[in-house]
Amino acid sequence: MGMTITEKILASHAGLAEVHPGMLIDASVDIALGNDITAPIAIEEFEKAGGKTVFDRDKVVLIPDHFTPNKDIDSAQQCKFVREFAHSQALTHYYEGGEVGVEHALLPEKGIVLPGDLVIGADSHTCTYGALGAFATGVGSTDLAAAMLTGKAWLKVPESMKFILYGKLNPWVSGKDLILFIIGKIGVDGALYKAMEMTGETVTALGMADRMSMANMAIEAGAKNGIFACDDITRAYVKPRAKRPWTQYASDANAAYVETIEIDCSKIEPQVAFPHLPSNTRGISGVGDIRIDQAVIGSCTNGRIEDLRVAAQVLKGRKAASHVRLLIIPATPEVYRMAMNEGLMNIFMDANAIISPPTCGPCLGGHMGILAQGERAVATTNRNFVGRMGHPGSEVYLSNPAVAAASAVLGRLAGPDELN
Amino acid sequence: MKFQGKIWKFGDNIDTDAIIPARYLNTTDHASLASHCMEDADPDFPKKVKPGDIIVAGENFGCGSSREHAPIAIKAAGVACVIAKSFARIFYRNAFNMGLPIFESKELYGKVEEGAVVSVNGDTGLITISGTEDESLKITPIPPFMQELIADGGLLNHIMKKQAASA
Repeated sequence: MGMTITEKILASHAGLAEVHPGMLIDASVDIALGNDITAPIAIEEFEKAGGKTVFDRDKVVLIPDHFTPNKDIDSAQQCKFVREFAHSQALTHYYEGGEVGVEHALLPEKGIVLPGDLVIGADSHTCTYGALGAFATGVGSTDLAAAMLTGKAWLKVPESMKFILYGKLNPWVSGKDLILFIIGKIGVDGALYKAMEMTGETVTALGMADRMSMANMAIEAGAKNGIFACDDITRAYVKPRAKRPWTQYASDANAAYVETIEIDCSKIEPQVAFPHLPSNTRGISGVGDIRIDQAVIGSCTNGRIEDLRVAAQVLKGRKAASHVRLLIIPATPEVYRMAMNEGLMNIFMDANAIISPPTCGPCLGGHMGILAQGERAVATTNRNFVGRMGHPGSEVYLSNPAVAAASAVLGRLAGPDELN
Repeated sequence: MKFQGKIWKFGDNIDTDAIIPARYLNTTDHASLASHCMEDADPDFPKKVKPGDIIVAGENFGCGSSREHAPIAIKAAGVACVIAKSFARIFYRNAFNMGLPIFESKELYGKVEEGAVVSVNGDTGLITISGTEDESLKITPIPPFMQELIADGGLLNHIMKKQAASA
């Protein structure tokens, strides 16, 4: 029996010729990642366990991006704790200030994660790197502490689900809509404990930003990882960024899948996930009249330059409705600079947008865009749980950047086609 | 491993934002996290919960964020164990890694009202509801590796024990 791409990466990192779903393995990690929320507990655990130096200073990556620029004294203390640890360990990949960005946009951009890698991150959206053909999964702080100490993680080999996506995409439909559609179809536990492998002609035509949006939200279906095979588009993205060798894997033709789901993407319109689950999805034509108070375009799901270009295309020559706070958050300093050089920032400012420095802030109700009771936001982020962006009595609607931008202009949930 | 306690019931897809909202994650202090435990699912829970109580929930408990603050808040609030129809993957791992006992039971949820007293025997894999002692429910057995983690007091203690043994 052949192996899936997920099984091949796990086998190679466990030093085994083959692995099967259900096996518990001890795997070497290429990258162990933490942020300003999860790293403090990991560092405390690392030190409690007698840890003195991390297993490899090139492979432990710490990114303070959630409450930064620090929102209050407690978060400043928390970040200081992480900073002092990173400096004392002389970590190669520690970024802050004007160098820091949203971790899952920053790591691929800087070539820190590469195809064939095994990445664990103390952040659930670590699964984003599956877009590069890596095995990447979210873990907690204790797992991060153990990896910082030993360079290893215990993992259960997941069963794989295969998604075959075919058909040409409709206008304004992106990777975000495909993953929202899939989560709507299978539910928030539809891929619980499993690997979601994305294949098919629609997927191979997608750029890296769209693939990253899709892999990013695998966790919203309960998956352990989302993964795409490495192809010409991946290689073109990775080649100028990689500073070390990497390996590409592909699933064998006779690999075993627990389920195969085929989706005709030509039938999909832009999607919106209604409160309070990412699976409460509807096509944009069926959203009804939902007035919004805030629109957020950014995050590890949709804060890349491609996302900002789409938003600018919709916002050019238009203004956000007077009752809407439109927030634009470039995910990294490089995205910020590109948006500036391409003239996108002028378009956003002319649209009365607020341009934020790179941060995860509003996505998790941290800072920079908290909702009051009864307020509604449309956001390109990944979660719309109760209280996610602020008051437990507020609401978050998830969409792609084009829908978020059009909704900001019209002051209610709407697709870009309504602007014409 | 045995527990007996009064249960608090929650539904399906109780996410980590409901268990411990991100607005409180600018600290790692256990007591402070406990004081906001389950707040966005039930604002009175932190005041009502007593040491030894048990949380019973539906499918996909702990979905969402990787924040270990979620099992920490539950454990620090004094909750003895969580019994759900199913758990989200990262929460499942985190609970074992830091020593919060959790059990999967598809049946229990539909058979108990909030406030019922439930006994859990993790060794025999049986749950009994007070008043129906003659009818025990089976819980999904914990894989041996996970039992080892709990017996060793969590992942890092397990690693240290292994390292000491191989030294």
